[in-house]
Amino acid sequence: MTRFFLFTSLLAVPAVALSVASKIEAGKAVTPLRVSRVCALLAALFVAVAAIAAVTGPHRINLIALLGQGIASDTSPEHTIVFSVRIPRILLAAVVGATLSTAGAVFQGLLRNPLADPYILGVSGGAAVGAVVGIIAGLDVLPFGIPALAALGSFASIVLVFGVAGRRGETPSGTLLLSGVIVNAFCTAAIMFLISTASGTRLHGIMFWLMGDLGLAESGQTLLGAAALLAGSAVIYLHARSLNLLVIGEEQALQLGVDVEKTRRILFFAASFITAAAVSLSGLIGFVGLLVPHLIRMIFGSDYRLLLPASFLFGATFLVAADTLARTAIAPSELPVGVITALFGAPFFIYLLKKTEAGRCRF
Amino acid sequence: MPLLSVDRVSFKYGEQWVLRGVAFEVEKGDFLGVIGPNGSGKTTLLRVIDGILRPQEGEVRLEGTDIGNLRREALARSVAVVPQYSALAFPFSVEEVVLMGRSPHLGRWRFEGEQDLRIAREAMEMTDTLALASRDMESLSGGERQRVLIARALAQEPRLMLLDEPTAFLDIRHQVDFFDRIRLLNRKRELTVIAVTHDINLAAHYCDRIILLKNGRIEAAGPVEAVITEEHIREAYETRILVDRHPGTGSPRITLT
Repeated sequence: MTRFFLFTSLLAVPAVALSVASKIEAGKAVTPLRVSRVCALLAALFVAVAAIAAVTGPHRINLIALLGQGIASDTSPEHTIVFSVRIPRILLAAVVGATLSTAGAVFQGLLRNPLADPYILGVSGGAAVGAVVGIIAGLDVLPFGIPALAALGSFASIVLVFGVAGRRGETPSGTLLLSGVIVNAFCTAAIMFLISTASGTRLHGIMFWLMGDLGLAESGQTLLGAAALLAGSAVIYLHARSLNLLVIGEEQALQLGVDVEKTRRILFFAASFITAAAVSLSGLIGFVGLLVPHLIRMIFGSDYRLLLPASFLFGATFLVAADTLARTAIAPSELPVGVITALFGAPFFIYLLKKTEAGRCRF
Repeated sequence: MPLLSVDRVSFKYGEQWVLRGVAFEVEKGDFLGVIGPNGSGKTTLLRVIDGILRPQEGEVRLEGTDIGNLRREALARSVAVVPQYSALAFPFSVEEVVLMGRSPHLGRWRFEGEQDLRIAREAMEMTDTLALASRDMESLSGGERQRVLIARALAQEPRLMLLDEPTAFLDIRHQVDFFDRIRLLNRKRELTVIAVTHDINLAAHYCDRIILLKNGRIEAAGPVEAVITEEHIREAYETRILVDRHPGTGSPRITLT
C-alpha cells in the first residue's frame, strides 16, 4: 500500500507541479524575477521527489523515525541504506539527468533541430565502445576502470567528429550532424561485433551499460561528474542569449552581434564534454536529453535564459524519479533506467504534444 | 563625413570576382536602392556592408571607421538588417523576437531593462505589431512577420538599416505597406536605408537614389530619373523594356515590351 502510494506520488507530484506552472507561466517574457521564480519552484520539486525516492525501495524506511534518531551518528541498517546507498545513487541520477537535459537543449538549439539529443554527435558511440571493451576485458574490477575507458572512447569520437566536419576553421551544422551519425553508426557496428564475441556472463553487464545503469558509480565518480557538469553549465549559461539568436538562424545571429563561429565551437565542446562525463558514469540513458528540453519549452517557452536552468533542474528530477521506478518496479531485481525513461517518457511526451498542439509547440 | 563609404571594394568567392571596385557614399537620411540582375552582386554587396563578408580589396567605413576593425556587437549597434524571411527552429513570441534586437546593447549577463522594453514597445508601435506582442511568430502572416522584423531592426537603434529583398514573398498590398512604413521612418526619423530589390518599379517609387549593378560593377548611379532609363535597364538586364512616367508621381516606370 505504502509502495503504491510512493509510486503514484513520484509520477503525480511532478505532473501536478508542471501543470500548475504551465497555467501561471504561459507566454510571459523572461525576466530575472521569472527565472528565479521558476527555478525555485523546480528546485522545490526536485527536493520533494528526491525525498520520496530516498524512502522508496524494497526496504521500507520510516523517515520520521530516521530523522528523529539524528543523521550524523546512526549506525542502524536504515541509516546505512538511506545515506550510503540511496542518496549517493539519487545524487548520481540528478547529475546525469541535469547533464543530459542541458546538453540536449544546447544541441537542439545549435543544430536548429528538434530531433537533436546529447548523443547525436557521436559522444555515446565512442563511450559505448570503450565501456564494452572494458567489460569484456573484465576491467570492471578496477575502480574507475569502465568510466575511464568510456570517457576515453567518447573524447576520441568527439575529436573524430569535429575533425571530419571541420574545414578551414568552420564547422557547418549539417556536416557536423552527418559525421556524428556516421561515427555513431560505425560504433554501433563495432559494439555488435564485440557483443557477438562476448561470453554469456559479460552480456548482462553490457546490456545494462547500453541501456543505462545508475547503480555502478562510486561517490567519488559522482563528484567528478558534478564538477564537469557545473563547469560546463557555467560556460553554457554565459552564451544563453546567443543561443536564442542562433535558433533564429546563423546569419541573423551575426547581424544581431553574435560571433557565431566562436560561440558555436565553445558550445559544442562544452555540451559534448559534460555529456561524455555523464555517459561514462551511467551508460546510455536515452530519451532524457531529448524529452526534457522540449517539455520545458512547451511550458516555459524557448528563451534559453530560462530553458537552460529549468531543463537542468527538471532533468535531475525526472531521472531521479525514473531511477527510483527502475530499482523498485521488479524488486529485488532492477531494470535498466533507460527502459523506464522511454516507457514512461514516450507516452507522456505524446500526451503533451497533443495537448499543446494548438499552442506554443510545433514540429 | 558621410555615414557610409564603400571605398573601391572588390570581393571574390574562390576565384570568381563578384564585386569589382564598387565605390559610393551614403549620407545620413539617404534612401538608397540597389538594383541589378541576378548574379550582379547585390546581395554580396549588402553582406560586405554588413561585415559578414570581408572584401579582398578596398574597405567599408562607417562614419570613418573601417568596419573590419569593429567587433560584431559594435557593428550590430550601428547596422541592422531586415532579411527576406526568417524561419525559427523553436517557437518565440513576437515580443521576444523584437527584444532580440536589443541584444547587441546588452552585456552577457544583463537582461533587458526598463529602457530596452520601452524601445521595443516603441518599435512595435511604429510597425503596428504591438497587438501581436504575445503571438507566436510562426502563427503570423507573411506581412505581419516582415513588420516584426522591421520592429526588431528598429529596436537595434541602428544608424543604417539594410533591407535584403524584404518584400520578395509579399503580395502587392503588403509590398506597398512595407515600403510606405520604411519611407515614413526614413523621412520622419532620418533613418538611413539601403534597400536591395529586384523590383525596379518599387525602387523607383520609394528611393531617392539608385545604384544599378551589373557583373559586380556599378553600371549607373544617381537620382532615380538618371539611373532608370531605357538604355541603362536594357543594357544591364538584357531585356526588352520600355520606360515611361508613372501617371501619378512622375517617377520612372518600366514595362515589358
